[in-house]
Amino acid sequence: MTGAPQLIVEGLACVRGGRAVFDGVSFALAPGGALQVEGRNGAGKSSLLRILAGLLRAADGRLDNPFAIGWLGADATLKPGNTLAGELGYWARLDGRAGAVPAALTAFDLTGLAELPVEVLSSGQRRRAALARVHASGAPLWLLDEPAVGLDTASVGQLARAVAAHRAGGGLVVVATHGDIGLDAPQRLAL
Amino acid sequence: MIGALIRRDLALALKRPSALAVPVMFFVIVGALFPFAVGPDARLLARIAPGIVWVAALLAALLPVETLVAADRADGTFDQLVARGIALETVAAARLAAHWLGFALPLLLALPVAGVLLGLDGAGLGRTALGLLLGTPGLAALALVAASLTAGLRGGGALAGLIVLPLALPVLIFGVGLESGGALKLLAASSLVLVAVAPFASAAALRSGMD
Repeated sequence: MTGAPQLIVEGLACVRGGRAVFDGVSFALAPGGALQVEGRNGAGKSSLLRILAGLLRAADGRLDNPFAIGWLGADATLKPGNTLAGELGYWARLDGRAGAVPAALTAFDLTGLAELPVEVLSSGQRRRAALARVHASGAPLWLLDEPAVGLDTASVGQLARAVAAHRAGGGLVVVATHGDIGLDAPQRLAL
Repeated sequence: MIGALIRRDLALALKRPSALAVPVMFFVIVGALFPFAVGPDARLLARIAPGIVWVAALLAALLPVETLVAADRADGTFDQLVARGIALETVAAARLAAHWLGFALPLLLALPVAGVLLGLDGAGLGRTALGLLLGTPGLAALALVAASLTAGLRGGGALAGLIVLPLALPVLIFGVGLESGGALKLLAASSLVLVAVAPFASAAALRSGMD
């Protein structure tokens, strides 16, 4: 049976520094789906996302990911000295989507900050900028590591709306988070 | 793709005004200091000038070794690139090209000044310029590998110097000995080997640093 392509993970295990972080992680995520990864500090939420993004090798298990990835890591990855629009524009051009930046800026209420140098942005604004980069990438699979860190209530609302719109368009989201970020009926995975 | 990466790396390097000026100043100052250190014997200076130029070029290649990849590793740039399915080998090759353009070309432009200070004649200057053109990609490759190996280590720069200096010997030997016939080809060959190996070595080092 061949349906729509899915993100499929079976029996995934992670070992870091000789210590088993988790093992036997399995799930499947279809287009439009969202997975909320939960767990205490050090349970391996970030490690799981890094494995999904191809940044870390799994110790064991199978990962089948047919989707392009939009990655939100711990750092905003904005180079000082450049403007916000310049930074997002560089990554969008790399993704072949130079025209997607204005919509991404609007989605995270950053349009007024576009011409500012990134070093004057606050940590919450930098976080929104990193989310806007994921938005502009057009990748079907969003991997968001603690996306709500440093965001105020209004910004968390923007994030929830952006994720909902992405899912409505057939996108997938995997989120590692402690708190509730307003996902609509997500699958849950406890590590 | 790789063109976009090179342009980005170069643009970021040129954002810091010191990026171009420092290797050149360093190069010229070394050239200016040697006559004071070895005495004003013009014949002796002209004889050792190629050696001085090469050592100065090697050290200039190593100057930015601590910033060459460490910042991108720390701020998640490499993560963003790898998540997009771009191979670290491609990233490293682009960084190598950008590093060479950023340090070797200004150095070649400053070579006539350093040459005059060291009493190199026209023919010697031409030979040294040709040698640097062939050899500096190898030096840039060594700097990149050392930077990748030591990224994330405290005092990485000093350690990088220890790694690179012995490996730079073939380039230095053939670069300084250009007067003998086959040296130019051997210089090109040793430089080419370093350039060919560096992206893979650098990518392997960065990848093991991600785990």
